[in-house]
Amino acid sequence: MNPRTQLAVLVTTILLLAGGSLGYVLHSTHRKPQLAAGDGSFTLEGPGLYFRDTATGRIAHQPLGTPRGARAGGGPACERFYAAGDTAVCLRREPGVPPRAYAIVLDRHLREVRRVAVPGIPNRARVSASGRMLSWTVFAVGDSYATSAFSTRTAILDLRSGYLIKSMEEIPLTLAGARYHAPDVNYWGVTFARDDNLFYATVSTKGHTYLVRGNMADWSATALRENAECPSLSPDNTRIAFKKKVSDDTAAPWRLYVLDLATMREHPLAERGSVDDQAAWLDDRTVAYALPGRAGRASDTWAVPADGSGAPRLLAEGASSPVSLG
Amino acid sequence: MYLATTGRRDAPPPSATGGPGRRVPATVLALGTVSLVTDVSSEMVTAVLPLYLVVGLGLSPLQFGFLDGLFNGAAAVVRLLGGHAADRGGRHKRVAGLGYALSACSRLGLLLAGGATGQIAAALAVDRVGKGIRTAPRDALITLSSPPHLLGRSFGVHRAMDTTGALLGPLAAFALLWVTADAYDAVFVVSFCTGLLGVLLLVLYVPPQEAAAKPSTRRANNPFGALRSAAFRRILCAAALLGAATVGDSFVYLLLQRGLAIPVGWFPLLPLGSAAAYLLLAIPAGRLADRVGRRLPFLYGHVALLGVYGLLLVPAEGPALALVLPVLILLGVFYAATDGVLMALAAPTLPDGGRAGGLALLQTGQALTRLLGTAGFGAAWTVWGPSRALWVAAAALIVSLAGGWALLPGSSAPDPERSTA
Repeated sequence: MNPRTQLAVLVTTILLLAGGSLGYVLHSTHRKPQLAAGDGSFTLEGPGLYFRDTATGRIAHQPLGTPRGARAGGGPACERFYAAGDTAVCLRREPGVPPRAYAIVLDRHLREVRRVAVPGIPNRARVSASGRMLSWTVFAVGDSYATSAFSTRTAILDLRSGYLIKSMEEIPLTLAGARYHAPDVNYWGVTFARDDNLFYATVSTKGHTYLVRGNMADWSATALRENAECPSLSPDNTRIAFKKKVSDDTAAPWRLYVLDLATMREHPLAERGSVDDQAAWLDDRTVAYALPGRAGRASDTWAVPADGSGAPRLLAEGASSPVSLG
Repeated sequence: MYLATTGRRDAPPPSATGGPGRRVPATVLALGTVSLVTDVSSEMVTAVLPLYLVVGLGLSPLQFGFLDGLFNGAAAVVRLLGGHAADRGGRHKRVAGLGYALSACSRLGLLLAGGATGQIAAALAVDRVGKGIRTAPRDALITLSSPPHLLGRSFGVHRAMDTTGALLGPLAAFALLWVTADAYDAVFVVSFCTGLLGVLLLVLYVPPQEAAAKPSTRRANNPFGALRSAAFRRILCAAALLGAATVGDSFVYLLLQRGLAIPVGWFPLLPLGSAAAYLLLAIPAGRLADRVGRRLPFLYGHVALLGVYGLLLVPAEGPALALVLPVLILLGVFYAATDGVLMALAAPTLPDGGRAGGLALLQTGQALTRLLGTAGFGAAWTVWGPSRALWVAAAALIVSLAGGWALLPGSSAPDPERSTA
């Protein structure tokens, strides 16, 4: 091929490839409307189930106990959502160069109260029953460029004092009766007790995960038992729903369990699928959680009795981050 | 974004032009352009893949980590195979081209996979295989098309162009996500088109090397044939020894972040800082290596790494930037003075027909001991805490440096022994 032909082939191909790319990008920009804030009429006043509608990415509402599908949309766009008392927390990524993510604290009318930048991909969010204590977890994606592995950052915010702990990694941890130090300690999935002081969370180190009980007042944490992730405390504070690793199969590693804190006995729930979620208690008898959706939906929300009986039932199609408000 | 990058191919980097007869060979510039364009394509995907898998698809990080670890292990084996295949009959260009094409097509696989985990895994595997098989033949092509006394500079130019692509890729990807409101498929499509352009550039502008390779009578007929050269064995041992005393960038960034409480938003910028230093220093380091011999820059590059450990051991006081900048610059010096320079050091000890296989062996050996070094540092950190682990790493590096000084042939003259004309 002579140089002139080479150049002609190159220029033609560049034009084709550039045109194709540009066309696809333009097509993509028209596909998705971008809506971040709620539309104003949507609030958390009414009782019922609130969740993230995976089709729109926005928070939606559906009365509890009604047939699925009767939902009202129009809430704020969030990737992870939780609410209790008079407070809601919404984890949202906002595109840009580089993209940013925020934990946004909202009141019951979904007005923004406070906004905290978070260092990664939203993962878990919780609010204590009183609405005073907030916690969220993100996957940090900058810690280890070489392996593209993930580590977690968990923050705790006390709304009354305004005090924010950006990463709880430095909390003094007691494991197997001794003070424990390691560089790879990661916490996630905090759940608060009614006193706004005690909390439970997951800690992972050296390939093991532990359920820890923490104490805000004296800032300490103690590992209670192994293999209990993403704890969620029942409204009466007597039991913890959690996901337990039951298999080395990376396609289906977890199963949902409930632990009785008085006896430290656990039992599996009737859901047999692998649940990778922090369950939410709808009341003292029922937990809700997200599973990969059917029929091409990103995720569906299910509910199952907390005592291990019964069978899972579909609460909302195309829904994640469920929370029940009274 | 990619129109701008392709526009670069006509303009050689300013520092690459020397006096008459000292220009960087056109093939090296062409290979550098191919790498630049390909790195834009691949780093685009690398930057958004964790987001896509976890946010877009809801895959758990456990699954993602598993996939990633699996493929990184396999890449080492594939690299040896790619090097060996390239040497047989001097098919460097064809094997490298196959590698580039496989990686480009893997983007199409990601696009078509939708949310299916199995197909995503397959696409990632194809990408890694492509990356594995193309590296050694490409480096061998650089050595075969460059006069031996300019090898250092040729690698410097190539690595600088390669790193430019790696810096532009994530920016392009996040800009695309921004304008399309998180359309990951648009990133894959643009990455695919950019990757195809890289393949086309290779096909059009990199001449095949059959002519250069065929006269060699000492053609290696097994992947470990390079080990017959005593000089190569010494280089391999030195690289492996020094690799074992390397703690891994991720730990350096983590130590910086912890010691100085750097705001988390800045954290992803740290690797960009050292990449920028690498980009600026790669060509000067290569030129220096041509002038004073490649042994000294390679060893002093590791002295710069020792400087990184030393700075991290200094108690953190004063403004964070006063420590961060020197650490990132020294890390850039380390890569600039060791990465391409090591290839330039080893290439003259290998027969023309065994270049790719030998370089693959060297790269794989170094990667494996670096993996061990990083794992060992992680274990030492767990047992002793970060400060004592760093002291141990520094001591190990000093011992390895002494070993490297003894192992590498001490001739200061540029390697005269062969010409590829």
